[in-house]
Amino acid sequence: MSKLIYLVPLFPLLGFLINGLGRKYLSKSLVSIIGSGTILASFIVSLMIFFEVKAPGFAPQVVTLFDFIDVAKLKISFAFQVDQLSALFLLIITGVGFLIHLYSSAYMHEETPPHFARYFAYLNLFVFSMLLLVLGANFVIMFMGWEGVGLCSYLLIGYWFKNDDYNKAAKKAFVMNRIGDLGFLLGIFWMISQFGSTDFSVVFAGADGTPVKILTGITLLLFVGAMGKSAQIPLYTWLPDAMAGPTPVSALIHAATMVTAGIYMIARSNIMYTLSPVTQAVVAITGLATALFAASIALKQNDIKKVLAYSTVSQLGYMFLGLGVGAYTGAVFHVMTHAFFKALLFLGAGSVIHAMHHEQDIRNMGGLKKHLPITHITFLLGCLAIAGIPPLSGFFSKDEILTAAFLKSPVFWVLGVLGALMTAFYMFRLYAMTFLGKFRGTHDQEHHLHESPAAMTIPLVVLALLSVFGGFIGVPEVLMKNGHQLENYLAPVFAQSTAKMHEEHHLSHVMEYMMMFGVAAIILVIIIIAWNKFSRYQKTTAEATGLGRVLENKWYVDEIYDTVISRPLLGFSSFLSKFDKIFIDGIVNGVGRLVQYSSRQLRWIQSGQVGSYILIMVTATILLFIIQFFWKS
Amino acid sequence: MNITEILFWFLTALAILSALMVVFSRNPVHSVLWLILVFFAISGHYIMLNAQFLAIVNLIVYAGAIMVLFLFVIMLMNMNSDSEPQKNKWLKMAGTVAGGSLLLILVAALKNSEVQYQKVEGAQGTIGLIHNLGKTLFTDYVVPFEISSVLFLSAMVGAVVIGKKD
Amino acid sequence: MPINYYIFLAITLFCIGIVGVLTRRNAIIIFMCIELMLNAVNILLVAFSKMHYLAAATANPATNVGSEAQLFVFFIMVVAAAEVTVGLAIIVMMYRNIHSVDINFLNRLKH
Repeated sequence: MSKLIYLVPLFPLLGFLINGLGRKYLSKSLVSIIGSGTILASFIVSLMIFFEVKAPGFAPQVVTLFDFIDVAKLKISFAFQVDQLSALFLLIITGVGFLIHLYSSAYMHEETPPHFARYFAYLNLFVFSMLLLVLGANFVIMFMGWEGVGLCSYLLIGYWFKNDDYNKAAKKAFVMNRIGDLGFLLGIFWMISQFGSTDFSVVFAGADGTPVKILTGITLLLFVGAMGKSAQIPLYTWLPDAMAGPTPVSALIHAATMVTAGIYMIARSNIMYTLSPVTQAVVAITGLATALFAASIALKQNDIKKVLAYSTVSQLGYMFLGLGVGAYTGAVFHVMTHAFFKALLFLGAGSVIHAMHHEQDIRNMGGLKKHLPITHITFLLGCLAIAGIPPLSGFFSKDEILTAAFLKSPVFWVLGVLGALMTAFYMFRLYAMTFLGKFRGTHDQEHHLHESPAAMTIPLVVLALLSVFGGFIGVPEVLMKNGHQLENYLAPVFAQSTAKMHEEHHLSHVMEYMMMFGVAAIILVIIIIAWNKFSRYQKTTAEATGLGRVLENKWYVDEIYDTVISRPLLGFSSFLSKFDKIFIDGIVNGVGRLVQYSSRQLRWIQSGQVGSYILIMVTATILLFIIQFFWKS
Repeated sequence: MNITEILFWFLTALAILSALMVVFSRNPVHSVLWLILVFFAISGHYIMLNAQFLAIVNLIVYAGAIMVLFLFVIMLMNMNSDSEPQKNKWLKMAGTVAGGSLLLILVAALKNSEVQYQKVEGAQGTIGLIHNLGKTLFTDYVVPFEISSVLFLSAMVGAVVIGKKD
Repeated sequence: MPINYYIFLAITLFCIGIVGVLTRRNAIIIFMCIELMLNAVNILLVAFSKMHYLAAATANPATNVGSEAQLFVFFIMVVAAAEVTVGLAIIVMMYRNIHSVDINFLNRLKH
């Protein structure tokens, strides 16, 4: 079965080609059938591969399709990696991807057929790139997918290209990603010079025994790539702006899959990170800082999608914290559960926006509970899951990361819990302002409120079920003997790292229970506070002051980037442009003018008078003689 | 100073002075006459070098034929010192200076040449006699000799074609 | 006579020819100066011919080394005669067209 692995990315590629090339001829229903059907086919193949991988006695395989680059000693083949990690990611991508495709077919029904087909073509291309990223058996193939998702996110964020702000957001995402990609690319180059290969098998086998300094350099560069792709400080600002795209796109790209590319990459190269403690510390601290920072911004946002976007950034921070403290399984677990509930939340938000006729400001919502029952229930479950209420999925994954952080340093744990509390607060602020209380929108909007069609609610229900029960594959040891099936499943992937890591400190069971349920209890209290406070929310015109205002303006980070980086850069560019115009062009044109001028002067020599020619000839002869006879000495 | 040297210096002085007169006399007819004198002096040098054949040819061809042709042309155009075009002073000066410095430079360059003390004895040898040259000309150099006749023919045709009134 | 004398004589005549070419504007005079320069070269050739003959004759009195040079002079005269024919024809032609032999009017090369 794993020989057929190439089918998984092939289907979306075919879908992309058909939809992209035939966009003027295909009807909307055909487009959505092709778009969703190809992903469904991939999902089925992925499922079969997953069961094969899961079966005992499976050994990781590399399926080589053809030689991609073959230069001197460097040989890069177009090969796919089939093992536990990639199979799991295949399931997440194609599964969640399929649901989002299904949802999109209803959500985007207002578009004209060619644009509808364009949308699905991009979406399929995106899934293809993501699959390539996850399946690649070396860093170059991974990089191809890496670039592909960057491109697709640019295309999809700027999907409504008639709006200039959206185009700017798309460009911002692209540029930010490029900065990260540069780091990734440099990391690959260094890797090639160090190991002479980018194959996972070669690199990971050679990592042990490589000087730590070099390993630190490579991993830091790779991490720069992860920063860009997974929206970590300082390259996170593109993600909130990326909400310009259609909401399902936000769900697919900016919540469930693309942003997890960085997590996947680090989890994949876990041994290299384990061997360089400096990078691990950097990863952990960056992740933690991002988690807190983004959560604090999310507290005061009023755009339903912006809140979710910052929440995504914050959750990604948790994943990096997990990676940084060596809880690779926990990070991957969180990727998975996060994919479920964040896709759910985004799609729920999409349903709300759809019902509200593209109103995104939660101050104008409220009381949607009775109008959108299915959306309301599923959204609530998603909020509970992300807040970490047992026994929903978010509880287990977040708990695992926090426990690992505590083992590393209690400070990490305290800050992590602080972030979790903020998460609970802003999620329930969002929930309460949207669904509870009285409707605050216009009368017209209220009149048109309606539940979304089945194609939109079915994915919501499926994702809600996954969010609720998805956590049970990773129940901690304390609660259930052998409950952490995911850890057992992923163990071969992280075996090398596990062997390298220092002996594990074990917490006492009492301590673990206390942490687990203590935190859950505090979160519950926070939820109740938020619920009470914001279900009675009234529109005010009062401006926020102090810290609130700073948070509302996202810590002024965009403004800071603008003044510190963009403006000097622009100034420098215009200086260079002037320099180019005046100095460089001056030299170039000056040479031309000099030649013209001197030619014009030299023309007088060509008088046409033979006498003057002879005179010059004689003079030249004299000079030659002088040089010949008297210069030599 | 024997008679050979006296003759050598006399002919040399005559050649150089006449050459100068060729350049500096204003009347073209005088120039031609001075040039004929130069050729006579040069023929005298040939005789001194025992190159009798060349001396005679020089007189016949140059002094006789060519210079007469010149003379004819000049008279045909009715030139005299009044119709003579004059260059401006500075150009003349420049030309003179250029020629003079070429002379200087050549003399300075060849002053210490390695052959400078080799002798040229005029009276010896028979290579310049018509007997020897004729034999060489009609054996080894017979092809160039014949080709030169073609050259003459084409020169004649050319002169006729150019000179023809159209 | 040392060969040097002949060399210097030839150089002098040659340079006088050059001065003539440079300073005069009359095409015929310039042509004559060119003839003068040719003759200067001829003298040189003959002188060298004798020089080489003398060097060879000490070893072999019957040698005819140097006769090539004199034949060279002969051919130069042949060519000069042909050249003068054509050249004078051109000058006559020019005189017929522009009624002057002033080479300053011959600046058509510029165009």
